[in-house]
Amino acid sequence: MAKVKGDIIIDIEKCKGCELCIEACPQDSLERSRQVNNKGYLYIVKVLDNCTGCTNCALVCPEGGITVYRKTETGKKQIAKIDNVTQDMNIEVNE
Amino acid sequence: MNERALIDDEHYEHTLRAEHTEIIDRENIVYEKPGTLIDIDMHYCPGCGHGVVHRLIAEVIDEMEIQSEVIGVAPVGCSVLAYNYLNIDMSEAAHGRASAAATGIKRVMPEKYVFSYQGDGDLAAIGTGETIHTCNRGENILFLFINNGIYGMTGGQMAPTTLEGMKSTTSPFGRDVATMGAPLKITELIAQLPGTYYVTRQSVHTANNVRKAKKAIRKGFEYQKLNKGTCFIEIVSNCPSNWKMTPIESNHWLNDNMLPFYPLGDIKVPKNGGK
Ligand SMILES: Cc1ncc(C[n+]2csc(CCOP(=O)(O)OP(=O)(O)O)c2C)c(N)n1
Ligand code: SF4
Ligand code: SF4
Ligand code: SF4
Ligand SMILES: [Mg+2]
Repeated sequence: MAKVKGDIIIDIEKCKGCELCIEACPQDSLERSRQVNNKGYLYIVKVLDNCTGCTNCALVCPEGGITVYRKTETGKKQIAKIDNVTQDMNIEVNE
Repeated sequence: MNERALIDDEHYEHTLRAEHTEIIDRENIVYEKPGTLIDIDMHYCPGCGHGVVHRLIAEVIDEMEIQSEVIGVAPVGCSVLAYNYLNIDMSEAAHGRASAAATGIKRVMPEKYVFSYQGDGDLAAIGTGETIHTCNRGENILFLFINNGIYGMTGGQMAPTTLEGMKSTTSPFGRDVATMGAPLKITELIAQLPGTYYVTRQSVHTANNVRKAKKAIRKGFEYQKLNKGTCFIEIVSNCPSNWKMTPIESNHWLNDNMLPFYPLGDIKVPKNGGK
């Protein structure tokens, strides 16, 4: 069980579904949604809670649509481990 | 609504309700969109490198805190609307003439940071004369040269930079060097000119390359304050739409085909390390 150190928010309305973030993610945390956004693209969702906050996905995103968070302190509260991937997506729609 | 969307409604609902981990907190942000990049949709095709390069320029401007001191010149090409995305003073130049316009701006306002942003068709075809002479005069400007080996905006015609054998709408059987000439390494060419101070070739097709490209862009801006000559940064980029590939395929193709011919790295670096 990996300790969760990072997290991301994808602006799904900015996303053009290019999938470059999926390929860039060393943790395989990202997947294509099966739902289209307002532009009609299959946006990206985070499906695993193993993100390390490495920023790779955000760096390759041509739309500047990913914000990355990372907790540098250690020994802090552990975040629950994940059994069901669909239960643990961290998605926010930017209003 | 298509069938796929209906199947997945439950999933979709869930993503909207999902709670964030406690890490999602402003103080834990390690990466966010730079403020100088205007928060609107860009017109670029999915996966296009132009968007990444725009973002890097904005990041460097934010880090150096020079937003009000930068003037950019946009080209003709897909990035013709770059001024809609960067929240800085920008001008638009006639096709190929961005470096001539940038020369004028810099000479009138030498205290500003001035850069031109140009594609390969713009910089290395119709604008070859302006490019070479601007570099030869050693104008204190920064070139950002986005080489995707093709005329992206107009539908994928052959550019001077199109690789040997590479298909385009005007070289449907592949570029034939005997009749069309060899691809032009204009970056190596201008590195020969005494007016250039810093010449490098980067790419943005992987996260690590993005990190390196950003460092190069930062140097390009910093060196401008030294008044030592022209800085020239080529970014080898993709054009998934006209290469007729998915964005991921285009980046692999870039890696396997563009980079052997256009190797990454510094071509000319300041002798004293830019001091
Ligand atoms: C004087 C003039 N000639 C030709 C054109 C047509 N034209 C528009 S963009 C372009 C080439 C753009 O290619 P590039 O500079 O590589 O930019 P990209 O779209 O690939 O980023 C051409 C030939 C024009 N707009 N003006
Ligand atoms: S920050 Fe790194 S680990 Fe987390 S989703 Fe992005 S690429 Fe994957
Ligand atoms: S890189 Fe950005 S635009 Fe491309 S799929 Fe990922 S989030 Fe969407
Ligand atoms: S045509 Fe090519 S260069 Fe132009 S926006 Fe689309 S992918 Fe980018
Ligand atoms: Mg081009």
